[in-house]
Formats: sequence, structure tokens, C-alpha cells
Amino acid sequence: MSSNNLDQLYRQVIMDHYKTPRNKGTIEENSVNIEMNNPTCGDRIHLTLQVEDGIVKDAKFDGEGCSISMASASMMTQAVKGKDVDTALKMSGIFSDMMLGKEYDDSVDLGDIEALQGVSKFPARIKCATLAWKAMEKGVHNEEKS
Amino acid sequence: MNPEIKSYFPILKQEVNGHPLIYLDSAATSQKPIQVIEALKEYYESDNSNVHRGVHTLGNRATEKYEGAREKVQKFINANATEEIIFLRGTTTAINLVAQSYGRANVEEGDEIVITYMEHHSNIIPWQQLAKERGAVLKYIELEEDGTISLENVRAAITDRTKIVSMVYVSNVLGTMNPVKEVAKIAHEHGAVMVVDGAQAAPHLKIDVQDLDCDFFAFSGHKMVGPTGIGVLYGKKHLLEQMEPVEFGGEMIDFVGLYDSTWKELPWKFEGGTPIIAGAVGLAAAIDFLQEIGLDEIEKHEHHMAAIAMDKMSAIEGLEIYGPKDPAKRAGIVTFNMKEVHPHDVATVLDMSGIAVRAGHHCAQPLMKWLDVTATARASFYLYNDESDIDRLVEGLRSAKEYFSDVF
Repeated sequence: MSSNNLDQLYRQVIMDHYKTPRNKGTIEENSVNIEMNNPTCGDRIHLTLQVEDGIVKDAKFDGEGCSISMASASMMTQAVKGKDVDTALKMSGIFSDMMLGKEYDDSVDLGDIEALQGVSKFPARIKCATLAWKAMEKGVHNEEKS
Repeated sequence: MNPEIKSYFPILKQEVNGHPLIYLDSAATSQKPIQVIEALKEYYESDNSNVHRGVHTLGNRATEKYEGAREKVQKFINANATEEIIFLRGTTTAINLVAQSYGRANVEEGDEIVITYMEHHSNIIPWQQLAKERGAVLKYIELEEDGTISLENVRAAITDRTKIVSMVYVSNVLGTMNPVKEVAKIAHEHGAVMVVDGAQAAPHLKIDVQDLDCDFFAFSGHKMVGPTGIGVLYGKKHLLEQMEPVEFGGEMIDFVGLYDSTWKELPWKFEGGTPIIAGAVGLAAAIDFLQEIGLDEIEKHEHHMAAIAMDKMSAIEGLEIYGPKDPAKRAGIVTFNMKEVHPHDVATVLDMSGIAVRAGHHCAQPLMKWLDVTATARASFYLYNDESDIDRLVEGLRSAKEYFSDVF
């Protein structure tokens, strides 16, 4: 087996997030709820965000899916927590560029998320990685509208 | 099975990610033998023309090939007449046609449509839509624990209010072969029509629609070594005759006036627009190919593959196989999950070894719910697979397990 290629995808830090997800659960009060799934494969995420004064105060997720989708969700919640909404959305844009293999803005510190860069080499798995970010974007937009 | 068969499939002669390709996703779509590819090429190089209209020679040749394909399909499924064979895009279109034409005309408020928990979305949603539109009740036949259907449950579900029973012949997830002949009998006792989704059956077993006594039978060319974009709806002539077309336009008309028109006779009234000529030609070549090997031989090979695969795969600790345990009760489809490794991850690891399997919900979300899983992995075998493919799969699965147990 080409485990070198696999190692590019399944980096240690990704497996760590998969095995011990951060921010797992739901925020019960004052939160915006987003359910999102990937209809082609069955991955499902339930994200709750607490946004106050334009700041993502808290983020928790629950769901079912592959290592990439769950690790990405864990990393995303970790990344956006405490950030203002604009920064969160900007990070989402950067992440999307990274997944598409485009040049991306490296002025923002992405932390663990950088480990997901290898996913861009696996086109079938990009949607797994972007699911949680799509959910976050939707949640933030819903919050703005309300 | 003759080992030469593999050599007829050019696509299988390649390497994927540095390993010889092992294609185990034929339940999604099958690969095409050189005979089918050549038939398409020859049609486009020598005979391409529109059908049923040209006076010229090419028009005649194309028409002969297209109608010849219909005759071939008629014999392939032992239909009574060529009028009963309608060429459409695939199984989905065929079932939608039955729902929108027969269903709209015959299902009233409070009537029942009966399907099962193991249907593909293409045999669920057309009926959901029809039920909503007509105020009808959509009922699901419960499955047995091993993923089979008992006739007791069928009898319990079908009543005198049932107008349509629609059931998959071979499940695309569990591999279960359903007793559609017996179900058709029960449906008829209650005055209902029987629709059979034959997408996974036509590639693998001898089909005899007269023996099954089903009223409609739908299948797709691409799952039986034919091209994509061609499928068949078989319907009993007396039913098709009373049905209205759902697509209107060229080719399907008899006389067109300013405010009213009349339709051609069967089967053309259901084939609006320039038909899928090349697709039908390719399907005819696919049927020739399968018949030369023999459908009985293919079915035997699949039971054999299922038996070996289930045996070798179940030796892997933590691997669960869904569906009937008895290989004689299933086609060459083995759906499974590995403990601790999500099916997408299984599929990616296998892909890195050149092995193509499907991961996901297989367009059968209600069945996934019944199995209480969100996704599964599926290996499906066809006539070009052999035991060495199973060995590669098992080896790949063991590596996946090791790889993921290492990182944990």
C-alpha cells in the first residue's frame, strides 16, 4: 500500500482530532442551530454557535461521519471560537481555497487546520472536510439575519 | 467463469495509484467490453442517422439497428411483443413514467402504494410524490432480521386498497434476491399492479417477465456492460395501451393539429424526441455479450464470488456484513462496515491500493436507517472479477484495519 500518500491525508493531528474531538456536544441556550449533511455520502453535522456582539463566543458540534469530516469539524470549532464573525468567515474562505488547491492567504494563523492541506489531493474527500465550515457559514449568516 | 473474460474489458488493464485496478463497484455501474465499445464506434462511424423518418439509406440502417435492439431486449427478458419494450434513459426514468402515467390515472385518494424498506431512492421518491399528489398512502413492507422479505409481511401490507406494489428484484445494498413472482401473485389477488425495479437483476440473472407475471419491469443498460443513458421499461401491452405519454414532442406523435394532436402507437408514443439510438445499439451488443457467456453461468459465478468474499471477509475481526448470510439468497454484492474505520476511510485506503469500492448510503437512506448506520462500504462483483480480486480486497481491508489501529 502507498502509505506515504495515505500519511499525507491522515496526518497525526487529524487522527488526534478524530479520536478526541474538541468541542463535541451542543450549546443548549442562546445558540443558533445548524443541521447539515452531505447527501452523497451520509456525513451529518449538527453545529451550535453562540454569537454575541459579532463574536463567536462558543461553538460545539455533534454528528456522524468519516475521520476527515469529524476532525475538520473539531478543528473548525477550535479555530473560530473567540473570533469575530468576519475573521471566522475569512478563515472559511481561506480553508476553501486550500481545499481547492488554490493559493491561499497565509496571513491568518490556521493552527491545526493546516494539517488538512493534504485533503486537496483527494478530490472525493474535499466535501468531507468542508462540511463543518459550510455549516458555520450558514449559522453565522442566519444569526446576522435574525 | 472463463478467465479470458477480463481481457475483453480494456479499462481493467490499467494501474490506479501504482497498483493494477481491481474494480469492485459494478453495482454502481459496470465496465464495458470491447464488443460494446466497438458497436458504438461502428454505429457512429457507419450508420449514424435519425430514425423513423429519413428516406435515405443511413436512416434505414439506423432504424433497423434501433428496432433490432428492441427485438433483442424483448427476447432477453422474454416479453410477449416488441410493443412492450420502451427505450428510456434508465431505471429512474422508467419508474417515474409508471408513477406519472399509470399512477396518476389509477391512484385515488386513500389508495395505497406498497414498497419495501430496501428500495433505492429511484423506487421511493416517484411513489412519495404520487402519494402526496393523490392523497394516497405509501406503505413499507418490513424486512426480516437478515434483510430478506417474508411473504407473510407482504400479505399483511397489501390490501384491496392497494393499487401499486413496487419492489426491487435484487437489493443494491443487501444483495437480497426478492420473491417478486410470488409478490406479483399476491398483488394481483388484490387487483394491484406489480412494478419490478430490475436494475440490479437484469445484469445478473435470466429475466422472464412472463414467468414473473409482473406488470412493469425497469432496468438500465449501464449496469449490464452497456452504455449509460439507455434503459428499458417493460409493460404489459394492455396497460401501456391505456397509459398517456408524459413527454410530448417530436417522434411520439401521429397527427399534429393547431390545438390537438394524436399519438403514435406503442411503443413509440412513450419515446418523445430523437431516441437514444446509439445507446440502444450498445445495449444490444451488451445483451449479445452476456448471452454468449450465459446468464445462468453469470448468476452461478456471482453466488460463488459472494460465498468466497463473505467467507474471507468475515475472517477479519470487527468486520460486519449486512444482508442474508446464505450466499444462495444473494447476488454478488457484499455491503459491510469495519469497526473503528469509517467506510469513506476504508474506501480511500483501498483506492490507494487500486481497489474501487463504494462508500456511502448507496441511494438507500431508509434502508440505512433500518440497518441503523449512516454509511456502509460495498464491494460488488461482476463477471470480470475473480477470486484473486477478493484476495486483493481482503488484503486491502487488513491494511486499512492495521493503518487505522496504528494511528489510534
